[in-house]
Amino acid sequence: MLQKMPSPHPSRLRAAYFVTVILAASATVGAMALWRNIMERKAEARQHVFQIVELNGNTIDPAEWGKNYPRQYDSYRRTVDTERTRYGGSDAFQKLDADPLGRVLFQGYAFAVDYREDRGHAYMLSDQEQTERVKQFKQPGACLHCHASIIPAYREMGRKAGAPDGRPQDQIMKGFEAVCALTYAEARNLTDSKGNKLIQHPVACIDCHDPASMGLRVTRPGLLNGLRELAKAETPLPHLPSVMRWRAGSRVRDYDVNADASRQELRTLVCAQCHVEYYFKGPEKRLTYPWSKGIRMDEIESYYDAAGFADWTHGGSGAKMLKAQHPEFETWSQGIHARSGVSCADCHMPYMREGAVKISDHHVRSPLLNPSRSCQTCHRYPEKEIMARAEAIQGRTAALMLRAEQATVGLIQELSDAKKSGATDDALQGARTLHRQAQWRLDFVAAENSMGFHAPQETARILAEAIDLAHRGRIELLKPVEKKK
Amino acid sequence: MKRIPISTSPATVLCCLLGVLLGAGGYTFREGEGLAYLGSASKTCANCHIMRDQYDGWQKASHHAAATCNDCHVPQGLIPKYLIKGENGFEHSKAFTLQNFHEPIQIKPKSARIVQKNCMRCHGALVSEMLSKDRGSGEPFKCARCHDRVGHGPTR
Repeated sequence: MLQKMPSPHPSRLRAAYFVTVILAASATVGAMALWRNIMERKAEARQHVFQIVELNGNTIDPAEWGKNYPRQYDSYRRTVDTERTRYGGSDAFQKLDADPLGRVLFQGYAFAVDYREDRGHAYMLSDQEQTERVKQFKQPGACLHCHASIIPAYREMGRKAGAPDGRPQDQIMKGFEAVCALTYAEARNLTDSKGNKLIQHPVACIDCHDPASMGLRVTRPGLLNGLRELAKAETPLPHLPSVMRWRAGSRVRDYDVNADASRQELRTLVCAQCHVEYYFKGPEKRLTYPWSKGIRMDEIESYYDAAGFADWTHGGSGAKMLKAQHPEFETWSQGIHARSGVSCADCHMPYMREGAVKISDHHVRSPLLNPSRSCQTCHRYPEKEIMARAEAIQGRTAALMLRAEQATVGLIQELSDAKKSGATDDALQGARTLHRQAQWRLDFVAAENSMGFHAPQETARILAEAIDLAHRGRIELLKPVEKKK
Repeated sequence: MKRIPISTSPATVLCCLLGVLLGAGGYTFREGEGLAYLGSASKTCANCHIMRDQYDGWQKASHHAAATCNDCHVPQGLIPKYLIKGENGFEHSKAFTLQNFHEPIQIKPKSARIVQKNCMRCHGALVSEMLSKDRGSGEPFKCARCHDRVGHGPTR
């Protein structure tokens, strides 16, 4: 006989029903929320660019581009940050206070007055107006080539100089030549026919991207001219395969970076539009990248020597000096990353993922601030290990650099003393040349923004030469010198 | 004919609700391509976009013709295989839904041990001499420490 189960109390049954209903409803909500999440990710993977506004060659304002590419624009805007790394970063500290030897090294030149660390891309235009090097010294319009989104200004000036509308590249080149020769203030305040300022933005989307295809492209005349000359030089460039291909070809036309370079090369070359060594050539102040003999430190030096160029005469030693700018592209070119096909963007704008969308990070910054994305894609070691390796390279470079500075400052003081005690220019010539050579090497490393990381061995070689040349200059002064009568 | 009374008893409501849950859950499972995860097609691992690079790399790697994702990354016995699939499946879905994981993705020690076992499954005879001596350090031996490109090809 089956015994009948006692039926549960009605209120307990109601409670059981109630709890089950709530659980089932919550689980359904969860399932629907998950479904929605899956659908969102799938939609992102399918299409993540929506054209809201039409972009063309005259759309300079990055906010307009940002409507179509909000993810990239968001990260681009973050270059306003202030971050310190051990040797650099985006904090505008006064390098002359951090290292007072700078005031001796650059005596008689604008860099002895103000030499602040540069901040992020967002500040390139406003900071240029703040630096004492522009406020206290006369600077040409050529400076704006790299401190502003300037191509539309070049086109407008090219049109005024007579280049026809159908040939925008000719207009850009003509305009570039015209703007270089203006004073900084004249160039900064250029207006179009309606009176609108032509220069308003720091580096913007249009400087690296083709508005029609979003592909990378080089717009700045300095690099277009520089690479054309570099391609003709004999120096080996195994890290730039498109140049090697052009050299092996018929050479019926010049090397054209936008036609010849691969996308991976362009991920470096758009940065090399500005992160290079340069000088202002002749009275027309034509911005020129001194690469017709090659891009190694020695090749650039022999270019300057052949051109008889000097940036300034040193206030202490009387030597005709060279100032290195920021030869990042040149230094990277000598390093192992370049030889392995790793571009600037791979480390400074690493790929990142938002949902199912993969984009490159437009918050351009030091990889030391983002080692997981910048380094771990290839180097499968913990962040700490990666940082330790980078800091070992930079620490060694910094120590060697300090020795080079001390040796050079020693030479400057001894040259200055010799001058005061009446040595003739002829007698000092040898030591002055050695000062120029030593400090060019020292500065090629000091002005470069990686503290040796871009090419550790090449950097050490350059600093070793700097130390050697500075001491050879001091030995030169020990020889009996002829005094003025 | 006798009409069937429309019952409004709690049991009916509950049944409807459970039915909705079953439907919504089942549909979500299908949309998430849940069934595919029971099989061994390598493409399935790139479903959620995170492992795109690894999948692309595998297609160019020497093991492409010899081994699928599962051949290296899950144990081979039926039960251990589905246990690991279940565990990884849960962890990966959770990570991708909540978007809170380390990037670039990194293999966990437990998964690395599974890979090592699978290296030995095929190549054990070849390296038996090397591994016959105790290495003493207690550190697990990893073929992929040096042969990191056989599975996923060049990183870029």
